[in-house]
Amino acid sequence: MTLLLTTWLPVEAFHALAGVILLCVAFSIARDRDHPRRIGSAAFWALLALTFLVGRKLPPPLVGGCVVALVALAATKQVGAPRRVAIDGAARLAESLRLRARLLWPPLLLALVAAGGALLLPRITWEGGRLVDPKQATTVALGLGVVAALLLALPLTRAGPRAPLRAGGRLLQELGWALILPQMLAALGGIFAKSGVGDVIAGGAKELLPDGAPLLAVVLYCGGMTLFTVLMGNAFAAFPVLTLGIGIPFIVQQYGGDPAIMGAFGMLSGYCGTLVTPMAANFNVVPAVLLELDDRHAILKVQAPFAALCWLFNVMAMGALVYR
Amino acid sequence: MELPELPAQAGPWREALKLIGVAVVAAGFALRLHPLLVLLVAGVATGFAAGIGPLELLGLIGTLFVDNLFTTLPIVLLMPLIGLLEEHGLQERAAALIRAAGKATAGRILLAYQLLRELSSMFGINLGGHAQMIRPLVAPMAEAAAEASGARASPPVPLPAPLRQELRAHAAAAENWGNFFADDIVVAIGPVLLMKGVFESAGIAVSVAALGAWGLPTALFALLLGAWRFRRLDRAIEQHAARAAAERAP
Repeated sequence: MTLLLTTWLPVEAFHALAGVILLCVAFSIARDRDHPRRIGSAAFWALLALTFLVGRKLPPPLVGGCVVALVALAATKQVGAPRRVAIDGAARLAESLRLRARLLWPPLLLALVAAGGALLLPRITWEGGRLVDPKQATTVALGLGVVAALLLALPLTRAGPRAPLRAGGRLLQELGWALILPQMLAALGGIFAKSGVGDVIAGGAKELLPDGAPLLAVVLYCGGMTLFTVLMGNAFAAFPVLTLGIGIPFIVQQYGGDPAIMGAFGMLSGYCGTLVTPMAANFNVVPAVLLELDDRHAILKVQAPFAALCWLFNVMAMGALVYR
Repeated sequence: MELPELPAQAGPWREALKLIGVAVVAAGFALRLHPLLVLLVAGVATGFAAGIGPLELLGLIGTLFVDNLFTTLPIVLLMPLIGLLEEHGLQERAAALIRAAGKATAGRILLAYQLLRELSSMFGINLGGHAQMIRPLVAPMAEAAAEASGARASPPVPLPAPLRQELRAHAAAAENWGNFFADDIVVAIGPVLLMKGVFESAGIAVSVAALGAWGLPTALFALLLGAWRFRRLDRAIEQHAARAAAERAP
């Protein structure tokens, strides 16, 4: 068995594809004389394309400089959508009547390839190599699904190869800088982790906890999972911090609680936090832009009552079950 | 002359200073400053508080940005496909399906979607997403159902803009609820493996099957909560239609 495996279908291939798509967006803006934010927007999409195309090969401080430039362009309002072209509703309806159920085939194929691929691709190996990196299987399968669905959609709609780039570019520009919000949040999470922010918070929680209060430990663990998830935007980042800081030393080791029950309900308490934080931008903020909602926090407001009740349920269930 | 290095444990104040980034994020979001700027400033402040030098910090930001390209990648890849299909009437087709189905209400469609999403993620299958399912298919279906219930009233009642926005926000929530609360119950691929890893790093053996199975109560409770929220949405739509019809009646 060799340690260094060849990966036949690396995720970098899809990074490059995304880079090309973003570069096309930048070019189309640069050529659009009517674009209200022509230079700033073209620079934004070109820089983002650069990070996708050669981000791994450039020296890290240079990429960091690109990130600072992306933020500066967005914060000074130099990034904007093109002049709105009125949607031709009649043409869309006519197309929908012409294609009928065939229009649903590409999304169906996408779902099948993405879901099936994530399960099957990591199992395929060749002599001296594997098809995909198991850690990247979901992403690669989605990429393959998109390519397959496009290959089906192009002849189906009789559209030229430029049509998807134009339509996709328009949607991406409507998203604008919100597109990279989740990525920036994840990067910030990385800086927090590297700086030991989690240890400081867990240390503080330990001082709050008195001896001989097993149920209080449950409340503090679940509450900490939620609070930390709200601040970081990610329950997966909160889980190691709170579990190693409070869960294992107090609930498991001191009071003899069941680790599986604690872990399951603890993680789910974290998810309740994900529902109420703008820091989880990919779940709560980007979809608001995608769905053209006026209130950027409308999804958070709808989710808040659900999150509160679900959190209570998790705490009570853990309290009732973990020390059986 | 070289500056003396700071000791690793420089007292509780220096430790607490690392929380400055959390404070910057909370204050910046509360003041509605530009979110990207808030995040960058928070990252820089935290890095400096932890004693990371400027060039090293710039490199760290660059590395972390590239490490997390996978969060942006799916939307970039999906948009050309979704945009093309939308220009050829995908949303209209999804709406037409619902009009043909007749009795469906917005709330029932969203509940069915949440159930489907929970069932698939139980088996570790990631079947959905705001970009590929909610915007092109689920939200138009729910809107069509709400419009149909207004259209059956006489005179017909259109769906007002605030209610349409409320409905779309519920559609986005259905995706999140279905996605989060039934993770890996039967087939473990994601979070359950992370949990197992954390316990193992502390020397505690935990079975993947037990971690998954204990997720089941909350998965069922989340479905109940969804049913309650979507029933409420349906009632708001019905009440609006009834009120509008009463106002217009002679």
